[in-house]
Amino acid sequence: MPLDKATVAHIAKLARIEIGDADLEALTGELSGILKWIEQLSEVDTEGVEPMTSAVQMTLRRRADKVTDGNCRDKVLANVPVDADGFFAVPKVVE
Amino acid sequence: MATIQGATGEWEMVIGLEVHAQVTSEAKLFSGAATAFGAEPNTQVSLVDAAMPGMLPVINEQAVAQAVRTGLGLKAKINLTSVFDRKNYFYPDLPQGYQISQFTQPIVGKGVVTLDMPGGERREIGITRLHLEQDAGKSLHDQHPTQTYVDLNRSGIALMEIVSDPDIRSPEEAGVYLRKLRAILRYLGTCDGNMDEGSMRADVNVSMRRPGEDYGTRCEIKNVNSVRFVQQAIEYEAQRQVDILEDGGTIVQETRLFDSNKGTTRTMRTKEDSHDYRYFPDPDLLPLTLTQDYVDEIAKSLPELPDEKKARFVSEFSLPEDDAGVLVAERERAEYFEAVAQGRNAKLAANWVVRDLVGALNKAGRGISETPVSAEALGGLLDLLSDDTISGRIAKDVFEEMFATGKVAAEIVEEKGLKQVTDTGAIESVIDEVLDENTGKVAEYKDGKEKLFGFFVGQVMKKSGGKANPKIVNEILRGKLGD
Repeated sequence: MPLDKATVAHIAKLARIEIGDADLEALTGELSGILKWIEQLSEVDTEGVEPMTSAVQMTLRRRADKVTDGNCRDKVLANVPVDADGFFAVPKVVE
Repeated sequence: MATIQGATGEWEMVIGLEVHAQVTSEAKLFSGAATAFGAEPNTQVSLVDAAMPGMLPVINEQAVAQAVRTGLGLKAKINLTSVFDRKNYFYPDLPQGYQISQFTQPIVGKGVVTLDMPGGERREIGITRLHLEQDAGKSLHDQHPTQTYVDLNRSGIALMEIVSDPDIRSPEEAGVYLRKLRAILRYLGTCDGNMDEGSMRADVNVSMRRPGEDYGTRCEIKNVNSVRFVQQAIEYEAQRQVDILEDGGTIVQETRLFDSNKGTTRTMRTKEDSHDYRYFPDPDLLPLTLTQDYVDEIAKSLPELPDEKKARFVSEFSLPEDDAGVLVAERERAEYFEAVAQGRNAKLAANWVVRDLVGALNKAGRGISETPVSAEALGGLLDLLSDDTISGRIAKDVFEEMFATGKVAAEIVEEKGLKQVTDTGAIESVIDEVLDENTGKVAEYKDGKEKLFGFFVGQVMKKSGGKANPKIVNEILRGKLGD
């Protein structure tokens, strides 16, 4: 599935990656190439084959409903640029 | 069905609700941090909830059990295989940059909630699905002039999103649906249903159509946090849409916010691409698989739910539907009633619980868990009433006193000397006094004005302070007046 430039620009925006017009052309070609390469997989006949969800034979591991974590605010906030009374602070976002 | 009469004809409301119910659990959906309400900011946050690099989610088995339990309570299909997906969007209170949710394969499929409408009509509201997902953190916009503060204590708490079919047709039905759903969740113990603390919130989808025609374009009102607000939001939104349609306009599908101060809805600043969530299966989580045995085990532990309990109260105790409905509206209330009714006249017990107790609690703005009159105490009062120790009128007074002071009935009756007088001699002397004082009325009565009989009874009761046994009073009076 070849992509057009508008689609690539849209994907970049959704991912919050800034891409200049100059780079768009080249990236469109690259991404289209990657998709085309992956699309080769659809040539394989998978009729009647269960989807594989993991490379190892195991089921989803579960935890007991016990409080075993948290209460580590210093660690959680260790990288914040400003101390805001125990909160994270970001530029105001109001609807 | 609520219709709005416009200049060009009738419009019918089509409403669907997405309820976000916080799963009752100690720890979060994918981490071991606590879920308790009201903690200091960012103290109930693990490195998983803060989305630190390399952290991996491990699912809480209790959250899974609670979702299955709720699905069974909604008479829904339990999907033995379900999948967790990433719903991608950027917002400061979502540290991962995606919410772990379930999209194409939810844990619970189609179910149903039955509504008993005032007036006796029964309505069935379809449940589309129930899925498990993470809650986001909380943004506080009013703490700083130029900054938004973020508290991640809620981040990662397990939510059940319960989606209804677009079967609701009026604000009233929406209210009954929410209350019923909340009652079911509380009976099951899977969500505390506390809307004040945000344990239950609703997204409300509203569209209008000509009766019988296809669905119109809908608007979604986000995050409404009380039953009353949901109803107000629907009222306003329905009228807004009718006004547009009547003027020949078209509805733009959009997300709106409810302003509880004004009772209106307004457009959310359109977050561009906000619906481009790019769901895909979360590579950190394998599909969630359950066995039928596991589901059957949970089914066995389900309590009697409101509908079944109501049916049993009607058939076992011959209670009227309405009274049974009031009794089962809350699990605690139903349990209270059954405790009072145990070994007593159930109809009498129901009457006292429905009229006197619930009435007094509502007046005092209290819930059944804060009742000053325990089930045992109310039972004690009914015993005194049933064995004729006190009269029905006195019982009402004693109840009021019990409610105000928390004392037991026997103590109040003893203290105030309220025992019913069944001593015929004593009653007779009161009657003699009354007749002596009212010779004129006695003559009128004997001349055929039989209505006066009630007057004499009333006077005797008054003179005895309500304590005379009315049956004995009647008998002696009839004798004296020569009937």
